Amino acid sequence: MNVADVVAGFLILAGVALSVTAGLGLHRFPDVFARMHSATKPATLGLVLVLAGAATRMENRGDVAKLLLVIALQFLTAPVGAHMVGRAAYRAGTELSPMTSCDELARDDAAGVRGREEAPGGSSSRPGGRPDQRR
Amino acid sequence: MTAVAAVAFAGLVVAGLLCVLRLVRGPSLADRIVALDALLIVIVSGIAVDAARTGKGTYLEVLVVAALLGFVGTVNVARFIESRGA
Repeated sequence: MNVADVVAGFLILAGVALSVTAGLGLHRFPDVFARMHSATKPATLGLVLVLAGAATRMENRGDVAKLLLVIALQFLTAPVGAHMVGRAAYRAGTELSPMTSCDELARDDAAGVRGREEAPGGSSSRPGGRPDQRR
Repeated sequence: MTAVAAVAFAGLVVAGLLCVLRLVRGPSLADRIVALDALLIVIVSGIAVDAARTGKGTYLEVLVVAALLGFVGTVNVARFIESRGA
Protein backbone atom coordinates (compact mmCIF):
# COMPACT_ATOMS: atom_id res chain seq x y z
CA MET A 1 0.00 0.00 0.00
CA ASN A 2 2.04 2.92 -1.23
CA VAL A 3 1.17 6.45 -2.24
CA ALA A 4 0.30 5.51 -5.83
CA ASP A 5 -2.26 3.02 -4.59
CA VAL A 6 -3.93 5.58 -2.35
CA VAL A 7 -4.07 8.12 -5.18
CA ALA A 8 -5.45 5.49 -7.54
CA GLY A 9 -8.09 4.49 -5.01
CA PHE A 10 -9.27 8.04 -4.51
CA LEU A 11 -9.42 8.74 -8.25
CA ILE A 12 -11.32 5.53 -9.00
CA LEU A 13 -13.82 6.05 -6.19
CA ALA A 14 -14.44 9.64 -7.28
CA GLY A 15 -15.11 8.52 -10.85
CA VAL A 16 -17.41 5.73 -9.70
CA ALA A 17 -19.29 8.20 -7.50
CA LEU A 18 -19.92 10.33 -10.58
CA SER A 19 -21.25 7.28 -12.41
CA VAL A 20 -23.63 6.51 -9.55
CA THR A 21 -24.94 10.08 -9.50
CA ALA A 22 -25.45 9.84 -13.26
CA GLY A 23 -27.50 6.70 -12.77
CA LEU A 24 -29.57 8.40 -10.08
CA GLY A 25 -30.11 11.41 -12.33
CA LEU A 26 -31.14 9.18 -15.22
CA HIS A 27 -33.68 7.57 -12.97
CA ARG A 28 -35.06 10.66 -11.25
CA PHE A 29 -34.93 13.57 -13.69
CA PRO A 30 -38.12 14.51 -15.54
CA ASP A 31 -37.22 14.85 -19.24
CA VAL A 32 -34.59 13.94 -21.83
CA PHE A 33 -32.59 17.11 -21.48
CA ALA A 34 -32.37 16.98 -17.70
CA ARG A 35 -31.35 13.34 -17.98
CA MET A 36 -28.66 14.23 -20.48
CA HIS A 37 -27.42 16.88 -18.08
CA SER A 38 -26.66 14.24 -15.49
CA ALA A 39 -25.76 11.39 -17.86
CA THR A 40 -23.02 13.27 -19.70
CA LYS A 41 -21.04 14.16 -16.58
CA PRO A 42 -19.35 10.78 -16.13
CA ALA A 43 -18.80 10.53 -19.90
CA THR A 44 -15.89 12.94 -19.57
CA LEU A 45 -14.96 13.70 -15.98
CA GLY A 46 -15.93 10.41 -14.37
CA LEU A 47 -14.26 8.26 -17.00
CA VAL A 48 -11.14 10.43 -16.93
CA LEU A 49 -10.91 10.03 -13.15
CA VAL A 50 -11.28 6.25 -13.34
CA LEU A 51 -8.81 5.93 -16.20
CA ALA A 52 -6.28 8.18 -14.46
CA GLY A 53 -6.62 6.04 -11.36
CA ALA A 54 -6.05 2.93 -13.44
CA ALA A 55 -3.08 4.55 -15.16
CA THR A 56 -1.29 5.05 -11.86
CA ARG A 57 -1.56 1.32 -11.22
CA MET A 58 -0.41 -0.02 -14.60
CA GLU A 59 2.82 -1.98 -14.78
CA ASN A 60 3.61 -1.21 -18.42
CA ARG A 61 4.20 2.16 -20.01
CA GLY A 62 2.29 1.04 -23.10
CA ASP A 63 -0.84 0.46 -21.04
CA VAL A 64 -0.68 4.04 -19.78
CA ALA A 65 -0.47 5.18 -23.40
CA LYS A 66 -3.60 3.19 -24.24
CA LEU A 67 -5.45 4.76 -21.31
CA LEU A 68 -4.38 8.21 -22.46
CA LEU A 69 -5.67 7.36 -25.94
CA VAL A 70 -9.06 6.43 -24.50
CA ILE A 71 -9.13 9.70 -22.53
CA ALA A 72 -8.32 11.71 -25.66
CA LEU A 73 -10.96 9.91 -27.74
CA GLN A 74 -13.56 10.36 -25.03
CA PHE A 75 -12.85 14.07 -24.73
CA LEU A 76 -13.23 14.44 -28.48
CA THR A 77 -16.34 12.32 -28.99
CA ALA A 78 -18.50 12.57 -25.86
CA PRO A 79 -19.48 16.26 -26.19
CA VAL A 80 -20.16 15.84 -29.91
CA GLY A 81 -22.38 12.82 -29.34
CA ALA A 82 -24.28 14.47 -26.51
CA HIS A 83 -24.81 17.60 -28.59
CA MET A 84 -26.17 15.59 -31.50
CA VAL A 85 -28.55 13.61 -29.31
CA GLY A 86 -29.82 16.78 -27.65
CA ARG A 87 -30.34 18.56 -30.95
CA ALA A 88 -32.08 15.56 -32.50
CA ALA A 89 -34.33 15.12 -29.47
CA TYR A 90 -35.33 18.80 -29.53
CA ARG A 91 -36.01 18.87 -33.26
CA ALA A 92 -37.98 15.63 -33.08
CA GLY A 93 -40.37 17.32 -30.67
CA THR A 94 -39.56 15.52 -27.45
CA GLU A 95 -41.75 16.77 -24.65
CA LEU A 96 -40.15 19.17 -22.22
CA SER A 97 -40.85 18.82 -18.55
CA PRO A 98 -43.61 21.12 -17.23
CA MET A 99 -41.00 22.48 -14.84
CA THR A 100 -38.97 23.93 -17.70
CA SER A 101 -38.66 27.65 -17.05
CA CYS A 102 -36.80 28.85 -20.14
CA ASP A 103 -36.82 27.59 -23.73
CA GLU A 104 -34.75 30.00 -25.78
CA LEU A 105 -34.83 27.89 -28.94
CA ALA A 106 -38.62 28.08 -29.12
CA ARG A 107 -38.43 31.84 -28.55
CA ASP A 108 -35.91 32.21 -31.37
CA ASP A 109 -37.99 30.06 -33.69
CA ALA A 110 -41.04 32.16 -32.97
CA ALA A 111 -39.10 35.35 -33.60
CA GLY A 112 -37.85 34.01 -36.92
CA VAL A 113 -34.21 33.84 -35.87
CA ARG A 114 -32.62 31.05 -37.86
CA GLY A 115 -29.35 29.37 -37.22
CA ARG A 116 -26.79 29.07 -39.95
CA GLU A 117 -27.62 25.40 -40.34
CA GLU A 118 -31.21 26.04 -41.27
CA ALA A 119 -30.45 28.74 -43.81
CA PRO A 120 -32.34 28.31 -47.08
CA GLY A 121 -30.58 25.92 -49.41
CA GLY A 122 -28.81 24.14 -46.57
CA SER A 123 -29.75 20.73 -45.24
CA SER A 124 -33.06 20.26 -47.00
CA SER A 125 -33.55 16.72 -45.72
CA ARG A 126 -33.95 17.81 -42.13
CA PRO A 127 -37.27 18.90 -40.69
CA GLY A 128 -37.57 22.64 -40.26
CA GLY A 129 -37.78 24.66 -37.08
CA ARG A 130 -39.88 23.68 -34.13
CA PRO A 131 -43.62 24.10 -34.16
CA ASP A 132 -44.84 26.94 -32.04
CA GLN A 133 -46.75 25.05 -29.39
CA ARG A 134 -43.62 24.87 -27.31
CA ARG A 135 -43.74 28.44 -26.01
CA MET B 1 -6.69 -2.15 -3.55
CA THR B 2 -9.02 -5.14 -3.39
CA ALA B 3 -11.40 -3.32 -1.04
CA VAL B 4 -11.39 -0.22 -3.26
CA ALA B 5 -12.12 -2.40 -6.29
CA ALA B 6 -14.98 -4.11 -4.45
CA VAL B 7 -16.58 -0.78 -3.50
CA ALA B 8 -16.06 0.53 -7.03
CA PHE B 9 -17.64 -2.55 -8.58
CA ALA B 10 -20.61 -2.26 -6.23
CA GLY B 11 -21.11 1.37 -7.22
CA LEU B 12 -20.82 0.54 -10.90
CA VAL B 13 -23.39 -2.23 -10.56
CA VAL B 14 -25.84 0.22 -8.98
CA ALA B 15 -25.19 2.78 -11.71
CA GLY B 16 -25.57 0.15 -14.43
CA LEU B 17 -28.86 -1.09 -13.01
CA LEU B 18 -30.24 2.46 -12.91
CA CYS B 19 -29.17 2.92 -16.54
CA VAL B 20 -30.87 -0.34 -17.54
CA LEU B 21 -34.01 0.79 -15.73
CA ARG B 22 -34.11 3.99 -17.77
CA LEU B 23 -33.29 1.98 -20.90
CA VAL B 24 -36.35 -0.19 -20.36
CA ARG B 25 -38.72 2.52 -19.18
CA GLY B 26 -37.56 5.53 -21.21
CA PRO B 27 -40.55 6.96 -22.99
CA SER B 28 -38.70 8.19 -26.05
CA LEU B 29 -35.87 6.86 -28.18
CA ALA B 30 -33.66 9.73 -27.03
CA ASP B 31 -34.05 8.61 -23.42
CA ARG B 32 -32.95 5.15 -24.39
CA ILE B 33 -29.89 6.26 -26.31
CA VAL B 34 -28.82 8.52 -23.44
CA ALA B 35 -29.21 5.61 -21.02
CA LEU B 36 -27.29 3.30 -23.36
CA ASP B 37 -24.47 5.83 -23.60
CA ALA B 38 -24.27 6.07 -19.82
CA LEU B 39 -24.33 2.26 -19.61
CA LEU B 40 -21.38 2.07 -21.99
CA ILE B 41 -19.48 4.51 -19.77
CA VAL B 42 -20.23 2.28 -16.78
CA ILE B 43 -18.93 -0.79 -18.66
CA VAL B 44 -15.75 0.99 -19.72
CA SER B 45 -15.24 2.15 -16.12
CA GLY B 46 -15.68 -1.43 -14.94
CA ILE B 47 -13.03 -2.73 -17.31
CA ALA B 48 -10.68 0.05 -16.20
CA VAL B 49 -11.29 -0.74 -12.52
CA ASP B 50 -10.49 -4.39 -13.19
CA ALA B 51 -7.30 -3.39 -15.00
CA ALA B 52 -6.36 -1.23 -11.99
CA ARG B 53 -7.10 -4.15 -9.65
CA THR B 54 -4.80 -6.57 -11.45
CA GLY B 55 -2.30 -4.03 -12.74
CA LYS B 56 -2.32 -5.76 -16.12
CA GLY B 57 -3.49 -4.11 -19.30
CA THR B 58 -4.88 -7.12 -21.14
CA TYR B 59 -8.29 -5.63 -21.89
CA LEU B 60 -7.31 -2.04 -22.54
CA GLU B 61 -7.77 -2.36 -26.30
CA VAL B 62 -11.41 -3.12 -25.58
CA LEU B 63 -11.70 0.33 -24.00
CA VAL B 64 -10.51 2.04 -27.18
CA VAL B 65 -12.90 0.04 -29.36
CA ALA B 66 -15.84 0.55 -26.99
CA ALA B 67 -15.29 4.31 -26.82
CA LEU B 68 -15.19 4.61 -30.60
CA LEU B 69 -18.11 2.28 -31.27
CA GLY B 70 -20.20 4.06 -28.64
CA PHE B 71 -19.65 7.37 -30.39
CA VAL B 72 -20.51 5.97 -33.82
CA GLY B 73 -23.67 4.34 -32.49
CA THR B 74 -24.79 7.47 -30.65
CA VAL B 75 -24.32 9.68 -33.69
CA ASN B 76 -26.16 7.23 -35.94
CA VAL B 77 -29.16 6.98 -33.63
CA ALA B 78 -29.19 10.76 -33.24
CA ARG B 79 -29.36 11.18 -37.01
CA PHE B 80 -32.08 8.56 -37.16
CA ILE B 81 -34.13 10.38 -34.53
CA GLU B 82 -33.68 13.64 -36.39
CA SER B 83 -34.84 12.20 -39.69
CA ARG B 84 -37.72 10.16 -38.31
CA GLY B 85 -38.98 12.16 -35.36
CA ALA B 86 -39.95 11.03 -31.85
